[in-house]
Amino acid sequence: MPKPKITETLDKLSSKTAIKNTIYIISIIIFLALILLPPILGIIIKWGAMQDVLSEPELMSGALNAIGTSFAIAFLVSSIDIVAGVPMAWMITRGKSKWLNVLDTFSDIPFIVPTATLGYSLLLFWSDQSRGLSSLFETPLVSPGWLLIILLHFTFSYPVIVRVMVGALLDYKLEYEQASRTLGAAPLTAARTVTFPILKHSLIASFTLAFARSLSETGATMMVAGAFVNGPIFIKNYIGTGKEGPLVFVSFILIALSSLVFVTIRLLGPKLKMPVRKIWPKAERKLSSSIVKSSRNGITLLIFFVIVLVPSLFVAIPAFEAIFTGVLPEALGRVGVWGDYWQSISLSYFVGIVVTLLNVVIGLPMAIIIARRKMGNGPSAVLDMLVNIPIIVPSVALGASLAIFWKENFAFIPEIWLLIFAHLSITYPYFVRSMSAAIERISMELEEAGRTLGAKPLGVFRTIIFPLTKYSMLSGAIMMFTRSVSETGATLVVSNIVTAPVLLVNWVKNEVPTATLGLGCGFLILFSFIILLVLRLVVRGRRTY
Amino acid sequence: MPDVRLVNVTKRFGKIVAVDGVNLHIYDKEYFSLLGPSGCGKTTLLRLIAGLIQPDKGEIYIGDRLVNDVPPEDRDIGFVFQTFALFPHMNAWDNVTYGPRVKGFDMKKAGTIGHEVLEMVRLHERLDAYPNELSGGMMQRIAVARALAAGAKLLLLDEPLGQLDAKVRNELRYEIRKMVKDLELTAIHVTHDQAEAMAISDRIAVIKKGKILQVGTPTELYMTPKSVFVAYFIGESNFLEGYVSNLSRTEAIIELRGGVKIQAGVQENVEKDERVVLAIRPETFVIEKGIKKSKNSILGIIERITFEGTNIRYGVRLENQDLVVVVKPSLVEEWLNVGEKVTISFSLRKTHVFSYPEVGLREELAVE
Repeated sequence: MPKPKITETLDKLSSKTAIKNTIYIISIIIFLALILLPPILGIIIKWGAMQDVLSEPELMSGALNAIGTSFAIAFLVSSIDIVAGVPMAWMITRGKSKWLNVLDTFSDIPFIVPTATLGYSLLLFWSDQSRGLSSLFETPLVSPGWLLIILLHFTFSYPVIVRVMVGALLDYKLEYEQASRTLGAAPLTAARTVTFPILKHSLIASFTLAFARSLSETGATMMVAGAFVNGPIFIKNYIGTGKEGPLVFVSFILIALSSLVFVTIRLLGPKLKMPVRKIWPKAERKLSSSIVKSSRNGITLLIFFVIVLVPSLFVAIPAFEAIFTGVLPEALGRVGVWGDYWQSISLSYFVGIVVTLLNVVIGLPMAIIIARRKMGNGPSAVLDMLVNIPIIVPSVALGASLAIFWKENFAFIPEIWLLIFAHLSITYPYFVRSMSAAIERISMELEEAGRTLGAKPLGVFRTIIFPLTKYSMLSGAIMMFTRSVSETGATLVVSNIVTAPVLLVNWVKNEVPTATLGLGCGFLILFSFIILLVLRLVVRGRRTY
Repeated sequence: MPDVRLVNVTKRFGKIVAVDGVNLHIYDKEYFSLLGPSGCGKTTLLRLIAGLIQPDKGEIYIGDRLVNDVPPEDRDIGFVFQTFALFPHMNAWDNVTYGPRVKGFDMKKAGTIGHEVLEMVRLHERLDAYPNELSGGMMQRIAVARALAAGAKLLLLDEPLGQLDAKVRNELRYEIRKMVKDLELTAIHVTHDQAEAMAISDRIAVIKKGKILQVGTPTELYMTPKSVFVAYFIGESNFLEGYVSNLSRTEAIIELRGGVKIQAGVQENVEKDERVVLAIRPETFVIEKGIKKSKNSILGIIERITFEGTNIRYGVRLENQDLVVVVKPSLVEEWLNVGEKVTISFSLRKTHVFSYPEVGLREELAVE
């Protein structure tokens, strides 16, 4: 079948170097202008306001304490995540039971539950004396505060570790481990001295992602913090008070320190040596026994169900109550607070769709630049690093600095666009990361084969790269979409628009009835779960390229 | 001592039977090859012996020990992978001393073994090199050294030369055999390269579709193949189809296409009037210019000639329209020309007669 004329014209244009370079340069400019620089410039604009903090030792001490707490929690949680999440990833990838597929899907659930909903769910589970675990003890088992924050952060960052490590273990060449076993190493020795050192990059990447996720989370943390203050909550407390100094100071320190931590990990991570020379054959052999293995799996499952899965879905229990009372008909009939609820849901999904589409358009060329080193090795590597920055910046700090930048300089821009810009910044790295990784996995030889057979660059993309990466593209897009829909921290700061997570936070503050709140959260979980399920069905069995 | 016995071993992957009721005895200190086309189950068989996968049925013994449920680390084996599987985060020294260290040897003893095996593979000067700094041949040597350093008496080699270029491959095959023999090891070597198997092995098992077709020394397999496939896979054969028109205890008269009758030796039970396949090695033909009348001779015309350096290869179209290949030493005999009329003849002792395969000749010889 002959190609449509428009396709042929675009194919021809794509082989012109000037046009290709223009597209790449435009995508870099958009990245800098929309994603990377606004939050940095937002802080620079208000640099002078930091004097308020510097001249008030008490305020400064409070701010530094909050920042220190954020980093301490993030470090602690990510470390626990590694200890608890890696055995789960191991069990999913190395186990033989068909139920492990189900476990694999379940392990994603906290990832897709909107964070504000997740926070509320954990609050009910751990602290509510009338419903959750605490009802057994007639006193809150875990009161709102630092311990509940740690539990919450563990719950939502755990799937990050599991997801990254499952991918890494599936891609891992098992022969290394088999070689080690044939040389006499016990399973634990083989894993400790061969498998994990080889997967060191994935371990570091998963730790960094969990660390960043913990550091940046705001919406759910607000739900469970009580009187406890960490960095993002400190920022949130000063929003709307007219005092910009503390807000700018903490945002700056969080952005600067998290970038520093990230760069340090990037630079020093590859040089990190894991202790592989010292081997304890007898002890490690005992620790590899089937009893120890079964115990490890049992503990892993217990942690997953008791600390991750059940608390994440606990909010659904009041939602079930709502089904059998008059709340469900009220919800479906848009009675009372439900009118605003459905409006906020529509708005959240609208923003999610716009953000996803825009990010696909502006993120794809960037993914190609990074994967194929289109700007040369050095600049492409720098872009690769810069793209990650929005992930590690606390979303509330990002929102605060973005609000300052756009409102101070471009006051005419409607709030909905500010919201979209904020969500673009937050979700952009997710798409670029997954797409660049997918493109990198495709051998250059395939592209070269296409070119030698007469295909133009766009034709190569259309007929080779796209078919081979479309499922990564889809999964990246869905990840962006769900992240946008559940985003709370930046949304609260950047505009007064009420998206679904913001509305749920307001409901908690206004103490709406539990059944109403539970149902509101339940709908969001249900919709997210349907999206996840559709993704799994679409992708299932097609990763065979 | 590590002889290896497999008793009725079967391994399935879903609906595919990778190893089908295999019985095999590999003797102590023997260099044994598992030879067959890609996907025939030879690597699966090796991995079963190593304990990297478990059999669905049957028993595997290493020495007198039933090892079905013994994990690989307790089988006392050395395994050399096709891709070498050198640990990329360890240098040559750490790779080589890994086995002694995980077995709990003290550092001094592990060091002594490391030096010995690195000397043996002549790579002592590269002990600090990481795998990505070594050539394919060096990586292969380190992989063998690593397996030897573990102190195992049973060495399993999964296509260990498959990733190397021809010259290095030819050199290393003899080096490996020499090491195995010097150290008095038992070696099981998987390969799809029959020349490699012939050059290196004491005995060879030819495998097809998970079954062992024949076990024997290279000479036995070459001289007395027991099936059409073995005659095809070991060395090279011409196959001529025909019927048994007359039969004695050791000889048969075979009527080929076009009514051409020839005399052949019979090693297999065939019956009069049975459809058969006659296998003749290309190098056993006598080829003469012009028309000569002699026993077991057929007329033909040279259709193509290929010069291969050591040998010259003629494609001869016989008078019955069958095409046969004749190979002659290029520097010994007078060269013939395309289009030239020739007579080819052969000794009946150098022919093999097989029953015509039920699945058809083409299918029987298929290696994919």
